Amino acid sequence: MKKLESSLKNMLLVLTGVTALSVALLAYVNELTKEPIANANAKALNEALKSVVPSFTNNPVAECDTIFSEKDGKKIVDFIVYPAKDGEKVVGTAVESKSLGFGGELKVLVGFDAEGKIYNYSLLAHSETPGLGSKAADWFKEGGKGSIKGMNPGEKPLAVSKDGGEVDAITASTITSRAFLKAVNAAYEAYKGNGSTNATSGATQHVEHTDSVSAN
Amino acid sequence: MNNFKVLMNGIVKENPTFVLLLGMCPTLGTTSSAVNGMGMGLATAFVLICSNVVISSIKNLIPDMVRIPAFVVVIASFVTLLQMVMQAYVPALYATLGLFIPLIVVNCILLGRAEAFAAKNNPLASLFDGVGMGLGFTIALTLLGAIRELLGTGKVFNFIIFPEGYGMLVFVLAPGAFIALGYLIALINRLKKA
Repeated sequence: MKKLESSLKNMLLVLTGVTALSVALLAYVNELTKEPIANANAKALNEALKSVVPSFTNNPVAECDTIFSEKDGKKIVDFIVYPAKDGEKVVGTAVESKSLGFGGELKVLVGFDAEGKIYNYSLLAHSETPGLGSKAADWFKEGGKGSIKGMNPGEKPLAVSKDGGEVDAITASTITSRAFLKAVNAAYEAYKGNGSTNATSGATQHVEHTDSVSAN
Repeated sequence: MNNFKVLMNGIVKENPTFVLLLGMCPTLGTTSSAVNGMGMGLATAFVLICSNVVISSIKNLIPDMVRIPAFVVVIASFVTLLQMVMQAYVPALYATLGLFIPLIVVNCILLGRAEAFAAKNNPLASLFDGVGMGLGFTIALTLLGAIRELLGTGKVFNFIIFPEGYGMLVFVLAPGAFIALGYLIALINRLKKA
């Protein structure tokens, strides 16, 4: 077959054809993978939830509260609060919180027990330096060097020892450590603010939020 | 040129990383460990094979003046497809490589092979070229990843070779990628001369 000439008609037809075909294919695959992707995300969230709060029997995802702030007319999700209940008793609360780390956004799921003490956490997403800041995934867990388990940010906000706090920062990653603790403290505020209003599904609450995070 | 030669060409003689020096951004960015390097290499290989075959099959339908945008659309479609499939079925790998997957679109190996090979050869030869180049890229990335992981953390594919405390952190970071890659290229050049 001879190569098509580069006339305007041919070019228009070919480019439109190629694009239309690719759109059709992608739309089809998108349809196919939509459910598995949602399932995979839900599973990852569930695993994270199970690891950060004491064992529960309810479905925290269905009962979650989203706290968002408005900026330029757009709603920005600040925190997502997941209540964990064993029967009717609240055994803990997991809060999804974020702050700006060294390499970008640091997203963390912090679990509090019924008394407001930190039970565990899970680093959901980050773009910290591999080998340095990325250690935050385990560093602050029980058994890690800077364990924050059992601490209560309500008594005294968490801070690294360099800033007069009690938490050992990750070696050579003070910025990441500060950002992480900031996210944890913010999560506690969200958890406290939510503690009084009984958690009803879909309830929203506006919390003043300023972009005060800077990579210092 | 027979197909076997085309295949070996991509792996050894014109290895995209060590000889052509194409696609340096993902090479340096994703090789912080052997697993990451291999994942990125295989993902790129998949897109490269698909795009090579498709582009070679439709090369006569595409007028010369719009070939580049047409190639880019084909490549981008496969990358998006791969991204959705990975997100759905291998979320763990997607979590590590997610950031780099969209970057495959602008990886010059893909457009380079489309232009230099697929647009001039039949689909079968293009398939072999895609496999060869893809494997060459995968091997190079895995090797570089393994070296960086070993020197930086004392592990290879998460097997501990020596305690992490003795690792040289610089090799996990970007400068180490340049150093390791430079020495690897020098070594390959030396071996090729011998």
